[in-house]
Amino acid sequence: MVTVAELPAGFADKVLSAQSTFRSVMDAMARPGSVQRICAVAGAPGPMMRGTAAIALTLFDHDTPVWLDAAVSSTPDVAKWLKFHTSAPVVTDPSTSSFAVIGDTQHMPPLDRFALGSSEYPDRSTTLILQVDSLSAGPACELTGPGINGTAVLQATCPGSLFEQLAANATHFPRGIDVVLVHDDAIVAIPRTTRLAAYGA
Amino acid sequence: MYVAVKGGERAIENAHRLLAHERRGDRDVAEISLAQISGQLSLGVDRVMTEGSLYDRELAALAIKQARGDLIEAIFLVRAFRATLPRFGATEPVDTGTMQVRRRISSTFKDIPGGQVLGPTFDYTHRLLDPQLAEGSAPEAPVAAEPLAAMPRVTDILGRDGLIEASPQTDDGAPVGDLTREPLSFPADRDLRLQNLARADEGFLLALGYSTQRGYGRSHPFAGEIRFGEVEVEFFAEDAGFTVPLGAIAMTECQMVNQFKGSATEAPCFTRGYGLAFGQSERKTMSMALVDRSLRARELSEEIKAPAQDEEFVMSHSDNVQATGFVEHLKLPHYVDFQSELGLLRKLRAEFFEAAASAEPLQEAAE
Amino acid sequence: MNASAYNFAYLDEQTKRMIRRAILKAIAIPGYQVPFASREMPMPYGWGTGGVQVTAAILGPDDVLKVIDQGSDDTTNAISIRKFFAKTAGVATTTSTEDATVIQTRHRIPEAPLHAGQVLVYQVPIPEPLRFLEPRETETRRMHALGEYGLMHVKLYEDIARFGHIATSYAYPVKVNARYVMDPSPTPKFDNPKMDDCPALQLFGAGREKRIYAIPPHTTVVSLDFEDHPFTRYRFDAPCALCGADDTYLDEIVRDDQGSRMFVCSDTDYCEGRQAAGHRGTESAAPHKERAHG
Repeated sequence: MVTVAELPAGFADKVLSAQSTFRSVMDAMARPGSVQRICAVAGAPGPMMRGTAAIALTLFDHDTPVWLDAAVSSTPDVAKWLKFHTSAPVVTDPSTSSFAVIGDTQHMPPLDRFALGSSEYPDRSTTLILQVDSLSAGPACELTGPGINGTAVLQATCPGSLFEQLAANATHFPRGIDVVLVHDDAIVAIPRTTRLAAYGA
Repeated sequence: MYVAVKGGERAIENAHRLLAHERRGDRDVAEISLAQISGQLSLGVDRVMTEGSLYDRELAALAIKQARGDLIEAIFLVRAFRATLPRFGATEPVDTGTMQVRRRISSTFKDIPGGQVLGPTFDYTHRLLDPQLAEGSAPEAPVAAEPLAAMPRVTDILGRDGLIEASPQTDDGAPVGDLTREPLSFPADRDLRLQNLARADEGFLLALGYSTQRGYGRSHPFAGEIRFGEVEVEFFAEDAGFTVPLGAIAMTECQMVNQFKGSATEAPCFTRGYGLAFGQSERKTMSMALVDRSLRARELSEEIKAPAQDEEFVMSHSDNVQATGFVEHLKLPHYVDFQSELGLLRKLRAEFFEAAASAEPLQEAAE
Repeated sequence: MNASAYNFAYLDEQTKRMIRRAILKAIAIPGYQVPFASREMPMPYGWGTGGVQVTAAILGPDDVLKVIDQGSDDTTNAISIRKFFAKTAGVATTTSTEDATVIQTRHRIPEAPLHAGQVLVYQVPIPEPLRFLEPRETETRRMHALGEYGLMHVKLYEDIARFGHIATSYAYPVKVNARYVMDPSPTPKFDNPKMDDCPALQLFGAGREKRIYAIPPHTTVVSLDFEDHPFTRYRFDAPCALCGADDTYLDEIVRDDQGSRMFVCSDTDYCEGRQAAGHRGTESAAPHKERAHG
């Protein structure tokens, strides 16, 4: 157990760090498949990568319920850190979360356990933040859709079943899940509009 | 040779200097003070506080001075300032039953516990312009009245016999809706409707309330009670674990008592329409109570056919800061779109005259 | 220099977070209008409060901001908004389309092609393309949910039956990514094709109506039309009197009370750039001379 005083720090400069982190996430979301860097420096508790921590400090607050998987909540520090720095409530039901932070993509719940939004309000959906071991190794797939000039290639160490589930996003549109993959300070976004196909197919 | 107009920045600065000059008026006349506005144009201050959603007499007075007496402009100034204030939470609900009453009337009973208290009112004044006031005269001191004890509300008296519907209770832990912090969606609950009406333009509500009296969504109202006075405001401090008094504010409350026929499962009883505003704002609270009752049509299974019953119509058009902004934005340049419209109109007219010209010989031939 | 009483770019951080989340959803669902808790800004509703909030939420100290109204950097409202950000965020401002990283606009898309490093922020008065056909939000929301746009096609077709043309010359509706019908804001329909497959990110902010929507880069944007009545652009058939451009949108200037007129580029930066490069129109001596107007 750590005390609040021992928790890793948040942003040194809240305003400008949040702004630059947001621009990285916005660019990632606007250009699916492109690798964006998060430059802002922040402490990160235990199993949380620094990119994830910066995104949390930028986008989470008391209006955004957050769901954590077993890997991320393996120590209570993460929930404590989130509460202290962002006031975001940690929830146990993924379908009520605005954001979900996932440290272990092998054992994550199926995507339909999260909020997909409604046809009237497709924005009322969960954004997944998935921590992966690499964004330059692992299975590859080809991306097309809004934000992509022709095609883009995504490579990430996550299970093929995840790619398959993301490909199924298309059948729900405009409902759906938006995903941000994080490795260290690198991020890649796959919004619900992105079509995934086997690379080289 | 055409010279494009530049120097807009200087033009704006000059316009603002002119505005400041005009605001000051004749410099041989003493400048008006905030205390004068707050004390002598107090109903204007009350309206700006109510529709500006901020209880601060001095800021409201400043806004009125800065706005040259344009109350909607003053409300706008207060709103923009309010939007920058940090929020600590919501106060406990004020208890108007404990109000330190300065005025209180009921039209539903001849006499009521605590009595009818006229207080400071325009009612029964003869609307004759007063030459003495023009010259500035010291008014007679009012007859010192004994401080009044807390008075029961007329609706509470009716409620004891079940003659009026219970005031809806919400659990204390329920979050307070706030349309300045959350985007509005329809249908809207009553808390959001009342917030919208409290901030709504007095003139708009007056006209809508009036329309219900003339048959556009009639609700058979009686002014159960109108009271004006000071109420205590308290805040529950979560860290400290107890309630902290913040002070007293002046408020006006109007409770309309309206007809309701009952249903197969519910005994007939009166229904409520509610109005609440900062300061002494009787016209506002009475209009608000009428419109609140009309907007409850859906919940009371009444047919929605009049504008005052249509929550989407009322709530979308009640805010005078929004309305004035959008109406007045028509003075911004629109010449790009106008040019596009001109092009289309010229084309349509050319085609019209062309068609008319080619149709003429045929007509002649037919004759 | 920042106005010390207010946060960087005016808005408080909580508000920026809320707007930023809405922007991300808007990008993920192109053309869908995301509701957001628009704040009361120190400028009137209808004068760009939506665009200003979007710009304030994305703007950083390294950005270079351009603000245009009717295509011009020098219209009074553009000046006022540019000054607001120069004061509250201390950002560099420019009139050059090429150099800007963030461009806030009202009623035009610049003539110069936009590039990948740019964000175009539109000020939107009425974000709902179906609003004038169906005033109720509850109804239009259902139509968008079902992708049921028959009403719009009927309206456009009625125009054709009555006038022989689609009688919409600005705020001409588009379909984004083959799903949502979207209002491009009151830009002239001349600008519609620029939205399609645009390398820049396009964000739309409607403050009074509390909606944000977006078109990601390289997204399909199609102006609604019919096979036998295809969409056409409109521009007055004349070269710009200042720079001679024959492919730009033109302002019509009334020169006297005898009906004498001239036509010049609405995009002042583009026009000045062409003149600086030596292009000349019939009236191009000493353009854009300073003249004070009180």
